[in-house]
Amino acid sequence: MTAITFIHPDGRSDRVEASEGESAMLAATRHGLVGILAECGGNAMCATCHVYIDDGWLARLPPMADEEDALLDGTACDRLPGSRLSCQIKITLELDGLVLRLPERQV
Amino acid sequence: MSALGSSSTTSAVPHLDIDPFAIEFFADPFPTHEVLREAGPVVYLDKWNVYGVARYVEVHAVLNDPMTFCSSRGVGLSDFKKEKPWRPPSLILEADPPAHTRTRAVLSRVLSPSVMKQVRDGFTAAAEARVDALLDKRSFDAIEDLAEAYPLSVFPDALGLKAEGREHLLPYASLVFNAFGPPNQLRQKAIERSAPHQAYIAEQCQRENLAPSGFGACIHARVDEGEITAAEAPLLVRSLLSAGLDTTVNGLGAAIYCLARFPDQWQLLRDNPTLARNAFEEAVRFESPIQTFFRTTTREVELGGALVGEGEKILMFLGAANRDPRRWDKPDSYDINRRTSGHVGFGSGIHMCVGQLVARLEGEVMLSALVRRVAKIEITGEPKRRFNNTLRGLDSLPVAITPA
Repeated sequence: MTAITFIHPDGRSDRVEASEGESAMLAATRHGLVGILAECGGNAMCATCHVYIDDGWLARLPPMADEEDALLDGTACDRLPGSRLSCQIKITLELDGLVLRLPERQV
Repeated sequence: MSALGSSSTTSAVPHLDIDPFAIEFFADPFPTHEVLREAGPVVYLDKWNVYGVARYVEVHAVLNDPMTFCSSRGVGLSDFKKEKPWRPPSLILEADPPAHTRTRAVLSRVLSPSVMKQVRDGFTAAAEARVDALLDKRSFDAIEDLAEAYPLSVFPDALGLKAEGREHLLPYASLVFNAFGPPNQLRQKAIERSAPHQAYIAEQCQRENLAPSGFGACIHARVDEGEITAAEAPLLVRSLLSAGLDTTVNGLGAAIYCLARFPDQWQLLRDNPTLARNAFEEAVRFESPIQTFFRTTTREVELGGALVGEGEKILMFLGAANRDPRRWDKPDSYDINRRTSGHVGFGSGIHMCVGQLVARLEGEVMLSALVRRVAKIEITGEPKRRFNNTLRGLDSLPVAITPA
């Protein structure tokens, strides 16, 4: 199990246990986390599981595919350099302690 | 197959005498969905000689393994390897990777979240205007005057279609979805009458007939970038004409029917109009406007403990999976607060509905406009069902609304 932390816009945080191989989005929705919508269910089609990631962690993630890059141009909240879609972040043991910041809204 | 010859880890597949394309089935599919789910993870339907999956896990698994469960042999009953398709196959719906990957990318970008941001204001204004017009009438048919009228007022324009001939759009879509079914009366009749609709569609898909800024023109523009050929572009426009209208009509119809039938949920929506988008999404789960699609096996495969040979058609009951109690809490309740993520009403995997963002946008802005202006929706007459081999929806839903 890998622990990942979601930080809400108001500063509250939720720590969830993620299984290796599942996406950060799935870990969030499995735990009923408010703030990740994932309308398309993890198919990289809707941009409603947007998260912001700080530089340190961002550098440790595999680079994004073109598909994700294009979707991020349509997020409800501004795209920032640390923007990613959490359905495209596959959890590995090395990501233990990962911190993901949630945007104000997803749609 | 002898018991000795079969693998010890695979189990027998129950054979069922069910016709999931019969009018009696369409009238009330839910009890039969339960029979299909409870019979086993995989069933065999003798009526049409196909396998069926009705539980969430197996439906999701089939949708997400497109190389084993292919689409290029048709996503209806007809096997394109054995039968000539009734129309040239779709370059996206009836295609597998790698061919599918390129065409899919084009449509994904044409209907992307950023494009939805651009059309949002126009779609919202049209929804508000429609609700204002309905408030003047007070009593109307929620299917023709709302579920059909609203998408017809925004989608053909967004595509860039000419004003003339739009009356062919819904009959063409209905034909496409009937044609996925078996050679029953619904399919045969639809195809017999298809010529004028097909001629209109073929004409509309041409570059010179599409307004310069619409979705259609955006598809043709990809030809200039070398992403698709000039011969492919019209067929990709055809996909939007086939799947972009009747689906949202039935999605909206489902949402209005749910909110009119379940006043407690309407009240919840009135108390919190930001739930509009989820109220629409939950209606898509609850009614599953697209009930079924087929896949064809490309090899022998074990599915849900059963061994399925190569070249077999598998019918996926999306509507049954969306109400599988193994996956959903109180599956037969329409609950606008439900976490709907993961439902298969739009499919799943690489073929998941490419227009899902358009559908959600239309659903959200229409329900928002309604709930902000309308206090009450009452059903005033017997709703009539419309029968189609793939689509579930109503033909008419008489309602009366009270202003807020």
